[in-house]
Amino acid sequence: MRRIEQRGTDSKCAVENRFFPVLRDLITVYDQKTFHHRKTTLSRRLAALIRKEFIQIVRDPSSIAIAFVLPVVLLLLFGYGVSLDARHVPLALVVEYPSTEAESFTRGFYHSDYFVPVPTASMETAEALLMSGEVLGILRLREDFARRLKGEKGAPIQLIVNGIDANTARLVEGYVTGTWFQWLQKRSGMTRTALSLPVELEHRIWYNAAVKSRNFLVPGLIAVIMTLIGALLTSLVVAREWERGTMEALMSTPVTMGEILLGKLIPYFLLGTGGLLLSVAMATELFEVPMRGSFWLLWLGSSVFLLVSLGMGLLISTVSKNQFVAGQIAIIVTFLPAFILSGFIFEIHDMPTVIQWITHLVPARYYVAILQTVFLAGDIHSVIWPNLLALVIMAAFFLGRTRQLSHKRLE
Amino acid sequence: MRAEPAVHIQGVHKSFGGSCTALENFSAVLAKSAVTGLVGPDGAGKTTLIRLIAGLLEPDRGRIQVFDLDTTTDTSRIQRQLGYMPQRFGLYEDMTVEENLDLYADLQGLEREARKDRYRALLQMTGLAPFTRRLAGHLSGGMKQKLGLACVLVGNPRLLLLDEPTVGVDPVSRRELWQILYSQVRSGGLTVLLSTAYLDEAERCQEVILIHRGRPMGQGPPDDFRRRMEGRVYQVRAPASLRRRLQKNLYAVPEIVDSVVQAEGVRIITRTPALPTLEIPALIDISPATPNLEDYFVGTLAQLSPRPEKRALTLPARRAAGKDEPVIVVEHLKRRFGNFYAVKDISFEVGRGEVFGLLGANGAGKTTTFRMLCGLLPVSEGKARVAGVDLRRAPAKARARLGYMAQKFSLYGQLSVEENLTFFSGVYGLKRPVRKQRLDWALNTFDLTPFVAHKAVDLPLGYKQRLAMACALLHQPDILFLDEPTSGVDPLARREFWRRINALAEQKVTVMVTTHFMEEAEYCDRLVIMQAGTILAEGTPAEIRRHAETADNPTPTLEDAFIRLIGATVQTSS
Repeated sequence: MRRIEQRGTDSKCAVENRFFPVLRDLITVYDQKTFHHRKTTLSRRLAALIRKEFIQIVRDPSSIAIAFVLPVVLLLLFGYGVSLDARHVPLALVVEYPSTEAESFTRGFYHSDYFVPVPTASMETAEALLMSGEVLGILRLREDFARRLKGEKGAPIQLIVNGIDANTARLVEGYVTGTWFQWLQKRSGMTRTALSLPVELEHRIWYNAAVKSRNFLVPGLIAVIMTLIGALLTSLVVAREWERGTMEALMSTPVTMGEILLGKLIPYFLLGTGGLLLSVAMATELFEVPMRGSFWLLWLGSSVFLLVSLGMGLLISTVSKNQFVAGQIAIIVTFLPAFILSGFIFEIHDMPTVIQWITHLVPARYYVAILQTVFLAGDIHSVIWPNLLALVIMAAFFLGRTRQLSHKRLE
Repeated sequence: MRAEPAVHIQGVHKSFGGSCTALENFSAVLAKSAVTGLVGPDGAGKTTLIRLIAGLLEPDRGRIQVFDLDTTTDTSRIQRQLGYMPQRFGLYEDMTVEENLDLYADLQGLEREARKDRYRALLQMTGLAPFTRRLAGHLSGGMKQKLGLACVLVGNPRLLLLDEPTVGVDPVSRRELWQILYSQVRSGGLTVLLSTAYLDEAERCQEVILIHRGRPMGQGPPDDFRRRMEGRVYQVRAPASLRRRLQKNLYAVPEIVDSVVQAEGVRIITRTPALPTLEIPALIDISPATPNLEDYFVGTLAQLSPRPEKRALTLPARRAAGKDEPVIVVEHLKRRFGNFYAVKDISFEVGRGEVFGLLGANGAGKTTTFRMLCGLLPVSEGKARVAGVDLRRAPAKARARLGYMAQKFSLYGQLSVEENLTFFSGVYGLKRPVRKQRLDWALNTFDLTPFVAHKAVDLPLGYKQRLAMACALLHQPDILFLDEPTSGVDPLARREFWRRINALAEQKVTVMVTTHFMEEAEYCDRLVIMQAGTILAEGTPAEIRRHAETADNPTPTLEDAFIRLIGATVQTSS
């Protein structure tokens, strides 16, 4: 009886070994529970490693700094300091031929928070202002504005934006078009004329009606924070063990490589979860970012992403056994892409095609999509599950590769 | 015959990255329940061999068996019976003594019930019982070493591997380590392999394996090696003023493979077990000496390797030495870091042409004293005059008169030998015509001409040391400061180094040297022993040795004296 049962678990083990090498040791630990004497030594070793890691985390100011202080600083910085919203943008208004319609349209700009209109007599003066940087854009209402408005093709307004600051330029463009269509809509309601309005133009302000950049920056920032804890901190602490010679001492004991890896994975997974809770609490309580989806979905996505990050961190430390080099690699390979290529600050759609392709290799990209969706839109399964699947594949790859490359040898 | 083997090493070959061969066809057998010493200089392959036995590396060729288990295939079964202490002890410095013990007890699978007794025994033995809650990082070097030892012993291993366990540890702790080891061997049948670069330490092992450049140079009890040298080692007694010249002259005799200034005279090793006929002045007396391991090592190596060219180290003519007043004067010198006094009220004087040693364990205040005298660290209180210049007033002026050779040689690895020399001559402000002349002098005197275009990093250790010394001597300093100059260098290179130092001293250059290496202190004319920022004793090596003279021990070593002196301070302070 007992023998058969044993074989049963063994074969199950073998199947799973092939797919999740890292989990093998966890399973072994679990299986061994049938043997009392084995259980005590096996699980005790892992417990001892985990306890050791926590003692070190608590005593080492640098891990506390990376795990808690840095996230708080980043959140405060991005929550309060960085705003991608354009407010009080100076905009030159060139009305070539005054009319009631033109007057009614431009009035909207004077009432808007986003613009400070600068009435300008001619295009030449306006262009000079744009050159000198006194205005960021020119809105030109041609002399036939009123006439064209009554015609079928719609009135032409011309918007010239200073493209040096591409981000502000895009926002100005968005706001002007927004104001334009709002005005048209209001006017068509009053004059009862049909309006051919392309719906997509409202796209930019979906889910973020207040157009607060904070609402998409703060959730995106969680991806950066999880990368910090998962990849940077983990690669640093493993490299530190190599540098101080403690890894060598560990390896000479009966501990298995799987236990050493799990002994790193579990504590930093828990630490990352702590960082997640802190970030979510700050996002929703302090910055009042809406949370439209379910927390559990967010937690699931975050956990999978943490495993990806940890896998990358451990993989880096198998390549480099020096804290300085490990830190540099972690920043270049994980942290910077999470910042720049994840769609957290810079819209992926606006990147050159080649870069867009590259972003598919950046795990943070999938996680940022999940974060922004859960926070701002809700449990939209068609968005969440494909992204989650990508993260699961990446987690399996990085953790599997780490297990493959980790031998209980010094070379 | 010998007891059954614990470790069997058969024709092991190990290289790293192709060109660098660490071990070559290495075979040896380690006896069960014995302490075996693996002895050789840095880079000889000691660490590689220990890691191979611990299963942390795999041999390229050959095999190693530990208790009849193969290290490549049965690694985990071996590691269950193994205690391995790497260099720097493998401790978690941000965890307490007890937390470290707990971790290793868990990892080695020591049962909870057995723990209490085991801990008590280990803590008592290592003297760590009062410090269980102290962070390992806050322990002294000696206590760290003992904690490291306790951590590897906690799981009751059958084989203990210790990689350079006594580096940076004071002699008292070193002696205690040996007591612990032998008590474990006697009570538990433990087998111990420990590596060391100190030949005097190897004398305490029951069995010694000498290793040089990845090859075994012999194995056997220390007595065996000594016996092989019988009739080849002599002590030449001579008055202090003659010793250096005598040493140089003796070294020139072809039948003598080695000569070194030691104790009250010169120690020589002859090529064959017979004393060559020497023309000896009347006041000098020669008697056979008891050979030691180092004699064997040096004697054997010197016969194998080509004799270094006997080019005398001569400095160009210098200005007249002037009055024979002390060159270094230190009075009530203190150095404070925050509330902590690294150096507390020390005084000594060094005369011209003297070789003066600062001896002490890590943390005794040697390096701090040294840095103050070099003008690298401001003096907190007291007086320090170097070459007649007050260091509190004009440290830069004093610096121009002295040469400094740091522990790791402070060379630019990516620069060639010539570029290094040119750079340092520029730093010392040598004018162009002088510079050329000094460079030629350095290349010739130190036999560096063949390496002129080599990068410093690629030079063998002995040549690096020569280059560093050449750089420090470019500006013809009156005083040469040497910080741990020979740590890790093999005995032959060390002999050569000291021959150069002797030549300098003979030409009235004052040499000040720090060392934690007791044997090296024998080469000094006078020395001070430092401990916890104070001077315990001052005098010639013979005077210091006399501190430990007792009826039981009529010819104590410097280490005996050191331990006795430290013991005395502990008693008076408690």
